[in-house]
Amino acid sequence: MNLNTKITLLCSALTLIVLGGLQVKSAYGAEDSVKLEKQDWSFSGIFGTYDRGELKRGYQIYSEVCSSCHSLEYLAYRNLEEIGFSEAEIKEIAAEYEVKDGPDDEGEMYMRPARQSDKFVSPYANEKEARASNNGAYPPDLSLMSKARKNGPDYIYGLLTRYKDEVPEGMEIADGMNYNEVYPGQQIAMVAPLEDETVEYADGTKATLQQHAKDVTTFLTWAASPEMEERKRLGIKVILFLVIWTAMLMALKKKIWAKLH
Amino acid sequence: MNFYKNIVLPIHDWVDYRLPVFSYVRKNLVDYPTPKNLNYWWNFGALLGITLMTMIITGIFLAFNYTPHTELAFASVEHLMRDVNYGWLIRFMHSSGASMFFILVYIHMFRSLYFGSFKAPRELLWIIGVAIYLAMMATAFMGYVLPWGQMSYWGATVITSLFSAIPIVGDSLVTWIWGGFVIGDNTLMRFFVVHYLMPMIIVLLVFFHLWALHSHHSNNPLGVDMKTPADSIPFHPYYTIKDLLGLGVFLTFYLTFVFFAPDYFGHPDNYVEANPLVTPAHIVPEWYFLPFYAILRSIDDKLLGVIAMFSAVSILFVLPWLDRGRVRSAKFRPIYRQFFWLFVADCFLLGYIGAQSAVEPFVTIGRLAAAYYFAHFLIIIPLVAKFERPLEPPESISAGVLEAQLKSKTAEPAAQLQGAE
Repeated sequence: MNLNTKITLLCSALTLIVLGGLQVKSAYGAEDSVKLEKQDWSFSGIFGTYDRGELKRGYQIYSEVCSSCHSLEYLAYRNLEEIGFSEAEIKEIAAEYEVKDGPDDEGEMYMRPARQSDKFVSPYANEKEARASNNGAYPPDLSLMSKARKNGPDYIYGLLTRYKDEVPEGMEIADGMNYNEVYPGQQIAMVAPLEDETVEYADGTKATLQQHAKDVTTFLTWAASPEMEERKRLGIKVILFLVIWTAMLMALKKKIWAKLH
Repeated sequence: MNFYKNIVLPIHDWVDYRLPVFSYVRKNLVDYPTPKNLNYWWNFGALLGITLMTMIITGIFLAFNYTPHTELAFASVEHLMRDVNYGWLIRFMHSSGASMFFILVYIHMFRSLYFGSFKAPRELLWIIGVAIYLAMMATAFMGYVLPWGQMSYWGATVITSLFSAIPIVGDSLVTWIWGGFVIGDNTLMRFFVVHYLMPMIIVLLVFFHLWALHSHHSNNPLGVDMKTPADSIPFHPYYTIKDLLGLGVFLTFYLTFVFFAPDYFGHPDNYVEANPLVTPAHIVPEWYFLPFYAILRSIDDKLLGVIAMFSAVSILFVLPWLDRGRVRSAKFRPIYRQFFWLFVADCFLLGYIGAQSAVEPFVTIGRLAAAYYFAHFLIIIPLVAKFERPLEPPESISAGVLEAQLKSKTAEPAAQLQGAE
């Protein structure tokens, strides 16, 4: 066996193990019968980046629609700078919300306008209040949603676009619930939040339901993985370095071992 | 003035006379005689050592930013991911690193099984290795609990509850482990402390592992001892460069996940904060525990299931006495070799079953696979060792290597002739 054969063997062994893992992986969600349609995302692939237009429009949808029920608790207003808002714009956005601060010199807690450094203000004070306002259902925090579901982006997109008026025969929809093809169990408390022209875009993009869903999904994926672009950029450099370094080591190894034979 | 001769050398000699660190390194890392025929399967020990160091270093940096409190743990991880410089890199290296650690250790163990590295005089080397593996499993389990996601919490619930199967003391034992009547702050704090402690124990065990290894030196693909100087080559530069090359390949593999698929080995549910009131649809352990999870579930009785699961690991401790065959390497054991690959396939099958829900046909397949796992150790290995007629291994490593070279030289022209036809 020469060196190349050995390396090939080693690599194929590793690949086998990963493929084995893939098999196991696919079994994790084997019982979720609904097939998600794979979307073409600007951020997929090793060179993928978040489409800046989608991010900005997505934030608009979040702030005008989602944020009335869903929090984004791990994000701060200052983070919006990463998706193209200026400092002045962010100050303005933050100032629309109020946060509790204090105690002041008299020992009183007081409300003040939010600053850039504050985390996104949640629509409800706590889970109890959220449930009380939503028929007992709890609108989950969205900061990590894109990573917290299998094929997260496709799931969010599917959930938002696949509300159906016609319920399949034999299915009872409980009071206050809505039929959705993607949500586990197909009954969801949230009323379809988006439709054509729910939001008016400033940049002239056609406001279809699909466009809304796509934009807000990109925004939420950024919210869950804000490090992604930096991660991939660094990753490409690191892997390129490693490939060259390994090739050099391979040559060196050959040279050193040649003395033996 | 000659810098080396007048400054470096006297300091070297002065230190080495009082504390022979330099001689020690030369003896164990430079001149250390190593079989000259080691193949790439012998790279994994060194890779494991490097991975252990990577885990410890990234772990220290993670601990700087982590808060072991049920209200704060999940948020502290998000703080690290979002607000700490390169926090995401540290965390993803640690989380993917855990999976790499197990990929490497499984290859390393199967290597040992195939080439008979566990046989005399390396029984203690093997036993210490199994102890390291056990310590790794405990460490990995507790580490997975720390981010305090849904799978962290429910995985911890399932695994710690297993101890309640122990008669009489079971329930008290579980309360003692939890530090209370539910999994809460006390549990998380002690898991954090023990998770941080275990690597020190692993390092200690690794020290003994290497001590035992260097007493009798590496086994090799032929499984025959080194007899003359012609059988061995110095560790440096031959195996330092070979291990470095292996490291290059491994890092490329490892860091591809870290940078491009950091959550590949994780579970989406662990990005949902732990909630004792909501049980996830499927509670699955990390992939490296799946074969044992399948064995646990293959028996309906809780206590027997737990016993079976722990036996599946601890049976490895007595392997050197189950396989009394004289010949080490499967190269010369035609029957054992086939059962070895069957065993590998069985482990993969058990892993697959472990990820499925407990419904037919998975239950029955799982039971058969679990039974085969034990049969391999308790029936097949002893019987094969007794009745198999191994081929005669070569006199020495040199003889074996020479024979292989001759064979490949005569085989090549023949192959070319065939190609020409």
